Amino acid sequence: MATLPQLGEPIHKPLTDLEIRLEANRCLYCYDAPCMRACPTHIDVASFIGKIATGNLKGSARVILEANAMGASCARVCPTEELCEGACVYKKDDTPIRIGDLQRYAVDHVRNNGIDLFEPGHPTGKRVAIVGGGPAGLSTARDLRLFGHAVTIFEAHEELNGLNTYGIVPFRLDYDVALWEAKQVVDLGVDVKTKTRVGVDVSFDALLKDFDAVIVACGMGGVPKLGIPGETLPGVWDALDFIERAKLGKSVGNLGKHVAVIGAGNTAIDALTCSKRLGAERVTMYYRRGEEQMTAYQFEYDFAKQEGIEFRFFCAPTKIVGEAHVGAVEFVRTEIPKGAGKPSPVPVPGSAFVEKVDTVIRAIGQSRLNDVFKAAGIETDDGVVKVDDELRTTRKGVWAAGDCIFAKGMREAMVVEAAEQGKIAARSVSAFLGVSR
Amino acid sequence: MADLSNNLAGIKSPNPFWLASAPPTNSGYQVMRAFEAGWGGVVWKTLGDPIVNVTSRFAALNWKQNRVIGLNNIELITDRPLDENLKEIRECKKAFPDRAIIGSLMEVPVREKWHELVKAVQDAGVDGFELNFGCPHGMSERGMGSAVGQQPDLIEMVTSYAVEAAELPVIVKLTPNITDIRHCARAAARGGAAAVSMINTINSLIGVDLETWNPIPHVDGKSSHGGYCGPAVKPIALNMVNECARDAEVPIPISGIGGISNWQDAVEFFLLGATNVQVCTAVMHHGFSIVEDMIDGLNNYLDARGLKAASELIGAAQNRVTTWENLNLNYKIVAEINQETCIHCSKCYIACEDAAHQCIDRNVVNGTAVLVVDADHCVGCNLCMMVCPVEDCITMAEIDTGLPPESWKQRSAALVS
Repeated sequence: MATLPQLGEPIHKPLTDLEIRLEANRCLYCYDAPCMRACPTHIDVASFIGKIATGNLKGSARVILEANAMGASCARVCPTEELCEGACVYKKDDTPIRIGDLQRYAVDHVRNNGIDLFEPGHPTGKRVAIVGGGPAGLSTARDLRLFGHAVTIFEAHEELNGLNTYGIVPFRLDYDVALWEAKQVVDLGVDVKTKTRVGVDVSFDALLKDFDAVIVACGMGGVPKLGIPGETLPGVWDALDFIERAKLGKSVGNLGKHVAVIGAGNTAIDALTCSKRLGAERVTMYYRRGEEQMTAYQFEYDFAKQEGIEFRFFCAPTKIVGEAHVGAVEFVRTEIPKGAGKPSPVPVPGSAFVEKVDTVIRAIGQSRLNDVFKAAGIETDDGVVKVDDELRTTRKGVWAAGDCIFAKGMREAMVVEAAEQGKIAARSVSAFLGVSR
Repeated sequence: MADLSNNLAGIKSPNPFWLASAPPTNSGYQVMRAFEAGWGGVVWKTLGDPIVNVTSRFAALNWKQNRVIGLNNIELITDRPLDENLKEIRECKKAFPDRAIIGSLMEVPVREKWHELVKAVQDAGVDGFELNFGCPHGMSERGMGSAVGQQPDLIEMVTSYAVEAAELPVIVKLTPNITDIRHCARAAARGGAAAVSMINTINSLIGVDLETWNPIPHVDGKSSHGGYCGPAVKPIALNMVNECARDAEVPIPISGIGGISNWQDAVEFFLLGATNVQVCTAVMHHGFSIVEDMIDGLNNYLDARGLKAASELIGAAQNRVTTWENLNLNYKIVAEINQETCIHCSKCYIACEDAAHQCIDRNVVNGTAVLVVDADHCVGCNLCMMVCPVEDCITMAEIDTGLPPESWKQRSAALVS
């Protein structure tokens, strides 16, 4: 399945061969390079760019993917301005090297030419189960296979790669790329059980019995309810469901003239831009805090502005109104009381107003999969799985990685963090199983 | 406006920028365009018995994003009849009487043949001759070009053949494919040359195609060594020009050739002893119009330094080059890194650490590498400054050693006595 025409052209085209050559040669190949330090997976950026410059694209892709099994998606979705490119020494006086684009070029070379880079390790006879086939699960699986352990991934969805496949808009990350990335891991000899929910289709205890170690990499759940009247009316969406349907080319019905997206993270941006590209006349983001507090990356916010999205800050929905379908939303103005920490916004008395709205999409974060954690018998802290430095949970033989260990913070969880956690978990599991490199 | 006029052994031109004998001076059409662009003179593509060329003929050395830092060619001298060339020379001279047109000549070492060629070209109205004793490829296999230029006796003899028939100044163009070019320049002077020009191209082979394993350039799968020129050869040319400029047995002016691409390169050649310069590769890369900035830039440079004429530059720094034994052992410089402009790439650190004297201290503070020179151990080699990507971030500061200048020559003489 290619990028679906209903959502339009990709935002960011690959660099041309000429641009790649100029950029690869512009790199200084710093010693102990700041970009490498800034990358959560510590890709040796100077090395992979140097290899592009010498025409050794296979070697370049190996350097990238050895450090980061999710190198193809990271090249497209990483907030490089805040990571490698933000650390580039050229940032001071010139334009940073376009590291993300160079990475995309090198990985696309092996992707487009069907080049295999890795082989599984010598079989150890050990079996590891991974709950969740998203970026964290795939990264863990890849490295465990390199160690030689047998790996089984249990995935609830039909396809692997989690939010890369279902939750990131196709004009940012193509469906095909996400599936190719997963296939590279599967092709190392990973047993995959799709459409299989741990806790529903197979019990956690069964996993513990059948496998030598278990990794919980189930991510997070759907978008929580807003907790206001009218939420069950047709025309109210969970942003992730909405993006998934749009990405897969399934109908989302008639969005009407005005779409309201509640929330200000990167998923909210995706829902906003998707709605606009699907033909909604007006698409507005409503956020109970201010522009400064938005959790979406600056470049995402800038992109949304370019796409013609409207923004309303310091307002919160209080009621969704409609007969058989959403027709309007009642809002109230908010303000943030002065005080230490991050105080919650409070309604401004007498500030209620009504907006005519045809579709409401909630994008206020993701719920935690507490049922899974409970079934696994692992401790959590406010819905976040507790882990140590090696990503061991409180239960022996169980590790956790990815969004399920992502504590609430200012920024959103990143694919690149999940990839690094997969490496850490795989190393720790392997040491536990008596195999180390 | 400074005076840019040039006089090389009596050959006058409005500026010191000539086109070297090469593909850009192959025809009257090209020379007319060059003069319109402002070139002061041209050395016509070498005249002689017309040859047959091959394809392909040129290949380039590229470095990173920079194209043609070196150029290799296996093209021979003119492939057009002498009469045709002479007719065009007459037309060009008539259209641009103030510019210098030099007839480049190549012939087998037979006196009568040289007399005949010199007279024919002289009648066309040239301002002087340049004897091509330099081309290292093709013609040398037939006893011409560098086959002459590599034997001082032949240089002297053949130069004298040309001088005997010439009523105009004779320049001898020398090959760098020798061990000591001064011997060749001296031979030219003994033969009666009014000037020498250098360097012709250097024996070279650009490379091999990694797919086909064909040498580059190739002619139906085979190649032959070519002549190398362009920016990459400038340091070799500068040294040879300077060696001849300082040689008492080469009492004739020098026309500098080799990698000159702009006015700055030209000024370096003048300062080290060249009277004028000849350009080829830069024009092959960018066209004739580059001469506009060569003239403009030189003029502004002279004005800025309060110099009245370009001729004041000639040889002005030539004697600052000497033998190693005369260098001051007590002169000391150390590197200084400007912390304000440093971009923390650590290129200086790794260069010093792996290839010099391990005297840059590197401390990572809050994720940023702070680089500081250990001045007590720095030997002042310049390497860190060379690899630093930021202009003037690393400078070399002079340290007062408190010692009087002393050369190796003086020190070893003192030890003996």
